[in-house]
This record gives sequence, structure tokens and C-alpha cells, in this order.
Amino acid sequence: MNGIDQSFVHLNTGKRKGMIIYLTAGDPDLETTEAIVIEMARRGVDMVELGVPFSDPVADGPVIQAASKRALENGVALQDVLNLAGKLRSRVKIPLLIMSYYNPLYSYGLSRFIDSASYNGVDGVIVPDLPLEESEVFSRNLKKAGIHFIYFLAPTSSDTRIMKTVEQASGFIYCISVSGITGARDEISAEADILLDKVRSMTEIPLALGFGISRSEQVKSMRNQANAVIIGSAIMKLVEQGGSREEVAGRIGVFLDQFKS
Amino acid sequence: MGKPDQNGYFGIFGGRFVPETLMSALLELEESYRHCKNDPGYWEELHYYFKNYSGRPTPLYYAGQLTGRYGKAKIYLKREDLNHTGAHKINNTLGQALLAKRMGKKRIIAETGAGQHGVATATVATLFGFECVIYMGEEDIKRQELNVFRMKLLGAEVIPVVSGSKTLKDATNEAMRDWVSNIKNTHYIIGSAVGPHPYPAMVRDFQAVIGSETRGQILASTGKLPDYLLACVGGGSNAIGFFYQFLEDQQVQLIGVEAAGRDFNPGNHAASLTGGRTGVLHGSLSFLLQDHTGQVSPAHSISAGLDYPGVGPEHAYLKESGRVKYVAVSDSEALKAFELLAESEGIIPALESAHALAYLEKLMPLTTTEDLVAICLSGRGDKDVAEVSSFLSARQEVEKL
Repeated sequence: MNGIDQSFVHLNTGKRKGMIIYLTAGDPDLETTEAIVIEMARRGVDMVELGVPFSDPVADGPVIQAASKRALENGVALQDVLNLAGKLRSRVKIPLLIMSYYNPLYSYGLSRFIDSASYNGVDGVIVPDLPLEESEVFSRNLKKAGIHFIYFLAPTSSDTRIMKTVEQASGFIYCISVSGITGARDEISAEADILLDKVRSMTEIPLALGFGISRSEQVKSMRNQANAVIIGSAIMKLVEQGGSREEVAGRIGVFLDQFKS
Repeated sequence: MGKPDQNGYFGIFGGRFVPETLMSALLELEESYRHCKNDPGYWEELHYYFKNYSGRPTPLYYAGQLTGRYGKAKIYLKREDLNHTGAHKINNTLGQALLAKRMGKKRIIAETGAGQHGVATATVATLFGFECVIYMGEEDIKRQELNVFRMKLLGAEVIPVVSGSKTLKDATNEAMRDWVSNIKNTHYIIGSAVGPHPYPAMVRDFQAVIGSETRGQILASTGKLPDYLLACVGGGSNAIGFFYQFLEDQQVQLIGVEAAGRDFNPGNHAASLTGGRTGVLHGSLSFLLQDHTGQVSPAHSISAGLDYPGVGPEHAYLKESGRVKYVAVSDSEALKAFELLAESEGIIPALESAHALAYLEKLMPLTTTEDLVAICLSGRGDKDVAEVSSFLSARQEVEKL
């Protein structure tokens, strides 16, 4: 069974909302990313997205743009992120996802990527600029390799698009909380609840809510349609503050603890 | 013709590689455009503004002096530089602004490199009463102060972009981020035949007026079709607009001229078709300047309007099909052509258009006095004189040494 599916079964049994953390791989370096993932797994984070840095991240706000830039300056490429996943696979049990814009994958070769992702124990793939219309073949081939292609839905998605997406989706659906880009916001918008309600009425597949989530109060005030939340920019902001590997991992540990109670 | 297909593909190129949040806006735009495209009232209104506001049709001018310099084929210039705001860009911004008005949008955003598209957008925003925000790289703002002033004078807000390389590519990223965040009330006027479907086809259709006028004008004055068409290619909107009505005329040789910059090393040129490989940037699959890991490479050209690492997907298709030949000329070749047109015809071309003119050096020896060559003079060069002047004086300094 795919790790993402297992994880949601487990969350469902425990009646708990899952926590998915996004990290730009290679910021400040690959070793720190590795240390953070190990620390997060120890602290009970349910899944990790390893972000492949890209020169033109159009769906991302300033924090992840800056993280991408630093990782690129370190020379981090898709192959390094795949290798990192392989290394982590033997050290943590939680599902690992790769998040990448399309061009690095396209340039690497899609079938070569699927082989390598599978070899390195990747459970899911998220591509923010590959919508339903462009992803059919890639998604099908990933599925054959036992890897979920994670679809997005946004507050702007029409009912028809939601319907088509839930038919294709596996693993979970990434529900975008706002019409906007990634980055911390004070509140979860009303659009998010409307979207979650609508999608939930059409499918039983797990829903993860992302974009703009940074504080435990936001998560606690959330109603129940979302099975998991995704946090990215808030974490990368903590990485940005710098310090030793242990300091960064420790800082993130403290941040994560506020979500526990 | 009949391209693109319903998913926005020209052969294997094109498509819609955008975040889900944008998909509804693209589908809405496609639907509105389809509706307008079949509405004679829409085209009537657009042509009203083409004629009365922008000054179309632009002349097709027989460049006798320039022809005399080469003593070969007759050279004609399609004078897009005589449009209001000084370039072909207004054809597209008028078309899209009228569309945005029909879609009930209140706010217009655009990216700009040199500022020509920004000025053309700010102009139509004022004309039709839209709120207007222009994204422009910090580097370009420094290089093009005068155009920044023009945009502000026209009531637009100019937002400096400090991310990435701080040039056109990054301004486009920032405009896309704005659009994702303000999708309900905002229309994004992309400035070239690039971006996700339906933009490449839509921009082409608005620019196609260049080629259809040229076709009529050259037939009227010479009784035959041109043997060669030349246009510069950055994103490729003036070229696709110039070529489109001639695609079926196999006897007409179509040549797109890219910017070879300083040399063909990565980061020193902007020739996506002749020096790049296939990839996805800003929503479509096309040719792209990129490194071996798929990171987009910075582009360079002396002409800010050609300084872009991507190119429209229809050009990628026309390259692969062999219908259009793509070549590249260097910064210094373009500068020579810039000076040549100024001193022979009394016309100062935009540095972008000077690239098309520069290819005459290679093309003319292959022609006969019976041949006709038509060149798209996409814009006027007033905006470039400061840049050219500093470049030429720097060159003189070097020559003295």
C-alpha cells in the first residue's frame, strides 16, 4: 500500500488532522533539509513534501521564492532531491512527496523521473503548474509505478472541474485555501470552507488544505472537512533565520509543538 | 491553418501549464474570446480604434535608398513604427482591452521589458477607464526611465520587480502572481504571442492585421506577393502577425530573426529557437533557454524587447514544420543596421526591428533585382537612442585604444 494511503488510514483511525510540511530541498543545504525531515518525523509530522527549487516559481510567494533562489545558488537540482528522498527513505517511515514545477521534470525526462522516484521510495508527486488538462498521461504512468499524482483544486475551480478532478484524483486532493500564491496569512478565508464543503460532497478522498496556513489557531478553528493541513512558507521562514543544523531543526520543532495540544 | 487545436496546441507546442487557480480565468478568457472572434461588432469596434486612434493602416513603404545600397531585391518596410505609441504593441493591447471591457473586468495588469508594451497597455487602460498596474524589472526601470515616466503620466502604477534577474521574465512571473491573486476583477494583457492558451492564438489574431494589410498593399503596388518576409522574434508577436496571412503561400519565404546577443554562450544571447531546446515557461511548451537541469537561463540582447528566454509556441511549431526559417543576428550587426536605416532612409528603427534589418546583409546577396523583400519595422527607435549613443561612444573608446 502506498505510504500516503496508509497515513490517511492511520489519521482516520486516530480521528486526527494530519500535518504535511513543505521544505525547499537544499536551503540552506541538503544536509540541513535531511536533518529537518528526520526531526519532523520524530515530532509526529505526517508527510513531507520535498520542494525542487526552480528559477521561476510563479505559484509561490516571496518566502519560497527566496528559499528556491538560495537552493539554486547551492547548485541543487532534481537529481539531488531524488537522491535525498532515497537517503531519507531508509531513515524515516513517513510518506515523502516531491513537489516540482514542470520544467525540471520535463527536462529530466518524465519516464526517467518516474523510475527514479519509484526507486527512491517517493509516494507522491505535486506539480503546481500541471493542471488536469496537461497531466493525464503523467498521472497514469505515476500511478502504474505506485505513486500518487496530487491534483489541486482552488476556490476558483468550477463544479465541472471539481467533478473531473475527483474522478482522477488519488492519494489526496490539495485544496488551495485562497485565490493567491503561497505565503502566510492571518486567517483562513471563507472561500476555503466553501471549497472544502463542495469537494467533500463529491468525494471521500482525503483533502489537504494549503496556502497561507501558519498558525495553530487557524488549524484549531478549522472545521472538519480537511483531513490534513499543509504548511510551507512558515517553515521556510524559520529556515531562513539561519544557524546551525541543530538550531534550525530545534526551531522548527518548537514551532511544530504549538500544533500538538 | 486551424491552429491551435482545442487544447491550445500547435503540434506538440503550446498548452496551458499554469496553476489550477488560473485555469478558470483562462477558460473564461477562451470562451469570451471565442465569442468575440465570431462577433462582427467586436471587430468593427476594434478596427474603429485601429483606424481612428492608432492610425492604421500603417504604410508599406518602398525603401528606395536602402534598396540602392544593396542593388538587389526591392525592399519594403511595413511601418508599424508609425502606430500610436510607436510600435505594433498597440494592436494587441487594443484588442485585449476591448475584450476585457466585454468581460466586465475593472483592472488591467501587464508585464513590460523595455516599457513599450507597458506604455501601450497604460494607453488603452486610460482610453477605456481601467485601473492599470504594470510590472517591470528593477533593472529595466533603470534602463528605461523615460518609458516609466510615460506610463505614470498615463495613470498607471509601475511596480518594480526585484525577484530573479529583475528583467522581463521576472516581471512576467510577478504579473502571473498578481493575476492568481486578483483573478475575479483583473485581466492580464500579455504583451507577446506567448503564455498559456488562448494567449498565443489571441495575440496572433490581433497582430495578424500587420500581415493582412501588407498582403493587400504589396499586391496593389506590385501585383505580386513578396518573395521574402523578415521580422524580428523575441516572444514573436510582430513576426507571427506579419507571417500569418502568408503561411499558405508556399512561394513566400518567411524568416524570423532572433537576437544572438554578444555571442552564443549561455546568458549572452536571447535566441530561444536557434539556441535553446524545448521546455515550459510561463504556461506553454515551446523553445526555451535553460541549463541542463531545466532551470531557465537569463537572456541577453542589446534590445530589451528581445531580451526574453522563451518564444511563442506557434513559432516553435513553424520551426519544426520548416515553414519558417529562424536565424539570429548579433548585437553589433543590429547596431550597424540601426545606423544604416537612419542614414539611408531617415528612419530610426527600434533596436528590435534593427535585428530584422540586419539580416539583409546575409539575405540580399542571394536575391535578384526581380525579388521583393518585405520587412516588419515593428517599432520606432526613439526609445533606444540613449542606449545606442552610449554603446557607440563606448565602442569608439575601445577603437581608440
